[in-house]
Amino acid sequence: MFCEKAIELIRELHRMSDGQLPAFNEDGLRQVLQEMEALYDQNQSDVNEAKAEGRSDLIASIKLRHCCLLRNQRCVTAYLYDRLLRIRALRWEYGSVLPANVRFHMCAEEVQWFSQYKKSLASFMRSLGGGEGLDITQDMKPPKSLYIEVRCLKDHGEFEIDDGTVILLKKNSQHFLPRWKCEQLIRQGVLEHVMS
Amino acid sequence: MDTQSYLPVQPGVGMQENFLSLDDILLSHERLPIRTECAFPRLGYLEKATDAQDIPQGLYERKRRVLSVELPKVYREGWRTVFNADPNVVDLHKMGPYYYGLGSQMLHFDSPENPEIAQTLLQTFIGRFRRNMDSSQNAYNEDTSALVERLDCLEKFLFTSGQSGLNGFQSWEKGRASQLTASSLVLNYRKRKMADVPP
Repeated sequence: MFCEKAIELIRELHRMSDGQLPAFNEDGLRQVLQEMEALYDQNQSDVNEAKAEGRSDLIASIKLRHCCLLRNQRCVTAYLYDRLLRIRALRWEYGSVLPANVRFHMCAEEVQWFSQYKKSLASFMRSLGGGEGLDITQDMKPPKSLYIEVRCLKDHGEFEIDDGTVILLKKNSQHFLPRWKCEQLIRQGVLEHVMS
Repeated sequence: MDTQSYLPVQPGVGMQENFLSLDDILLSHERLPIRTECAFPRLGYLEKATDAQDIPQGLYERKRRVLSVELPKVYREGWRTVFNADPNVVDLHKMGPYYYGLGSQMLHFDSPENPEIAQTLLQTFIGRFRRNMDSSQNAYNEDTSALVERLDCLEKFLFTSGQSGLNGFQSWEKGRASQLTASSLVLNYRKRKMADVPP
């Protein structure tokens, strides 16, 4: 039956319902496009034949193939769009720099889309607050204090804070740091917020 | 509550479908028994037949004069009386994971039984809702697979959203609401990376 390959693409995304990005299924996409091309060619020749020889009984097959083409188109569009939504989520969760294993799963166009999205977001953030700029990816939960106690979960090397002091983030070391510097690292799981 | 960054396209409400919703595409892939009313030249496997064939519902959508659709057995008289008797007993996941969604889409086909089908769908949902809501709001920190396995997709979605509300409330009660946490997406990626790396 037609459209099976297209549905497989959708199922692949549906399996990862938490928003993770699977590898870009270039093969699958190519197969769907080939199927669409074949259907289109068959329909073209049938349409010409129906017009030339007045064979109205071909109309039913033409309609069915047309439905399949539309359905394939729907599946491919939904596949690509859902992937973009997942990539957009990456900007908000990981920040501007993506780890290599995630970037590996994106195709070239998606990488380009990501960098353009980053630029749009950055210029939007710069325009807020009367030209001063506001980082809206910070303070996802209402802040309760200026400084917070954090514990390091893994080695992250050296870390410089605003007044110039350099902190060495070694595993299991605890520090008392400004909240806005740590938020990104806490989200990425490098630091852990310790509540006393 | 953990703010969500990944916001997928939601399935349509009622008889509407969302073009880009993954759930709607999967539900319209469910097969329907149909009868072909005329021949399909050059599509050898769809011969004019009097016995039922199965095609995915999404392909049927625009072809009324050429095919006629029979209702899948879950929406027919027999099963409807079962649903009307006691909706809580039925395993909706087995009856097609998209029971409500597909049922709403079936209403497009103008069958004479439409009012009864619509009524049954509604009553089933109402009958099951109380128990689902109860279990989603009270199952804290335990394994919910036994509760969830008999639910259809719409009910599962409601269940998970109830659970996330419950977890958010409990963490607020414990004073953990202001604690910054690692993003669940990042943790999942890391888990997957660990699983990918060969030992």
